[in-house]
Amino acid sequence: MSVDPLQARPLLRISSVVKRFGGFTAVDGLSLDIGAGEFFALLGPSGCGKTTLLRMLAGFEAPDAGAIHLNNEDIAHVPPHQRPVNMMFQSYALFPHLSVEGNIAFGLKRAGLPKAEIDARVADMIALVRLGGFEKRRPDQLSGGQRQRVALARSLARRPQVLLLDEPLAALDKKLREETQAELIDVQRQLGMTFVIVTHDQEEAMTLADRIGVMDKGQLVQVAPPRQLYEAPVSRWIASFVGDINLIEGQISSRDMDSVTIGTHAGETIIASQAPQSASVVCIAIRPEKIQLMHPEQGTAGSPNTFAGELIDIGFLGGVSVYKVRLTSGVVLRIASSNATRRAADGFSVGQKIDVSFAPDDIVVLDR
Amino acid sequence: MSTRKIFTRPARIAAIAPYLWMLLFFLVPFGFVLKIALSQTAIAQPPYVPLFDLAAGWESLKSALAALSTDNFKLLSSDDLYILSYARSLIVALSATAILLLIGYPVAYGMSRLPQRWQLIAMMLVIVPFWTSFLIRIYAWINILQHDGLLNKILLSLGVIDKPLVWLATDAAMYLGIVYSYFPFMILPLYATLSKMDETLLEAAADLGCSRSKAFWLVTFPLSFPGVGAGVLLCFIPIVGEFVIPDLLAGSGNLMIGQTLWLEFFTNKDWPVASAIAVVLLAVLLLPLLVYEKLQRRHLEAQR
Repeated sequence: MSVDPLQARPLLRISSVVKRFGGFTAVDGLSLDIGAGEFFALLGPSGCGKTTLLRMLAGFEAPDAGAIHLNNEDIAHVPPHQRPVNMMFQSYALFPHLSVEGNIAFGLKRAGLPKAEIDARVADMIALVRLGGFEKRRPDQLSGGQRQRVALARSLARRPQVLLLDEPLAALDKKLREETQAELIDVQRQLGMTFVIVTHDQEEAMTLADRIGVMDKGQLVQVAPPRQLYEAPVSRWIASFVGDINLIEGQISSRDMDSVTIGTHAGETIIASQAPQSASVVCIAIRPEKIQLMHPEQGTAGSPNTFAGELIDIGFLGGVSVYKVRLTSGVVLRIASSNATRRAADGFSVGQKIDVSFAPDDIVVLDR
Repeated sequence: MSTRKIFTRPARIAAIAPYLWMLLFFLVPFGFVLKIALSQTAIAQPPYVPLFDLAAGWESLKSALAALSTDNFKLLSSDDLYILSYARSLIVALSATAILLLIGYPVAYGMSRLPQRWQLIAMMLVIVPFWTSFLIRIYAWINILQHDGLLNKILLSLGVIDKPLVWLATDAAMYLGIVYSYFPFMILPLYATLSKMDETLLEAAADLGCSRSKAFWLVTFPLSFPGVGAGVLLCFIPIVGEFVIPDLLAGSGNLMIGQTLWLEFFTNKDWPVASAIAVVLLAVLLLPLLVYEKLQRRHLEAQR
């Protein structure tokens, strides 16, 4: 998106929220602003507190401290049935005794809308999630993907100010999940609604969200758009949590105007274009796809960030192959290379001598 | 073709087993009872005629069959005693089942809301009385309810009453005994359904605008119907035929059909009429079962 949704007043403002369960602190003083119309993903390993945070937004848990403002109104202790917020559950939680229509109309009836209005909205929702012809079916007569769409329609029907989605695609198989991701984005764009999704699947978060908040141990570690999260992780933990990455320990030996020279503990000298000002002992992070493989006879030895090694493993994954190279220093790097042609033109084979190289710009230098 | 694979030979034998069981222990004995119901009483051993004597040959068998009649059923429909007994049984069973449901549902619901550890304890409390003989428990109630029994003593000492009340041999005592005895049969199926209830459905209901009580009536209650049906049947059917509790706790003024049957069989030694009573009772009880079965099937078909 070109406009930063936060430049306007945030729709949802979470301020220093704390939630404890017994001695365990699930959410630990977390603050976050989410703008109107934003598709925001909470990403993190299981037990990081992301679901607890979502449940506090829905009203199923009350924070022990802090405030949750929706449109400048503190809703932290408003019961769930009085919040202009709806949730799509991981298990879908469809009412088994009601038809597709009955499920979608459930929240509208509670809102006391006139019958004609309810019927019209149900019809709209059924069209939106493409469930025409299934109106009278009960949830157990539907496939997993159809149930997922009923759950989505039901949670959208009340036109909530914020839609909360708790791992909404976890129960679908890979192909259906990818299709549904595209549909979710479509629906969100069409309705212009604010979506907050919880997921442990980073690809899903990257695909869906405008911004991602990565959580660990009850705190937000980084909040950034997907690309920034991937290319400019703020910590070693984020770098290794999001995507695959090579991490090499080292120490800054000199700083220039536009480059930093780092000596790795293993003995390589690596040139990076920038590094944190305060740090001297650092961690060099390089994404596998940003490293090039070359035959030694291509004669690049000696140029910066080029190292000799031995190819010790090739993993064919279809679209890409992952190569493992052990440098002469003993450091092992993973390198991903897309299989752009049907025949492996390079003809690399396990055991051969090989050179690796990467651009100073493609390295992220992180504080230890 | 896949269905043929599913029903392997052992599976087919296993499927036959319940039918064999029904044949041996229900249909064959029922055939005997039906035959006696169509016979006439006689001062003999056994006390009815005709008798089938397979050794006496085809002709005697034919005459025995010809001697069968529906007189006993006509008697049942013409004599108030029987009609009133059936009516009282149905009324008692309906009222007692209604009371059981009204008390049992909140108790089962409360149990299902307890922390897991307490649920087990509550379950034990419901089941433990079963470990004492049913008859002993009813006799204990006689002891509590009689003129100088525990109940009157407590009420007198508390000053609630100033002379002993009559509790025993009343309909109230009978209802008390029935409700007490059948309580677990109502609780257990209700509890089984309610404790399986998916908690997130209630969260979804709350999320969609239901207060707690609304969510109960719109989600929990309709989803507990199978448990309600099972509990009602488990109580209603045996209560209709109940003999011991009304005999020991109720007055002798009105008889339930079980008592009438007992009288015909043991006091009047009229096996044929007693059998006819039993056959009609079975027919009356099959009706709610068939209705339940039909509802269940519709439910299952709706799920397909």
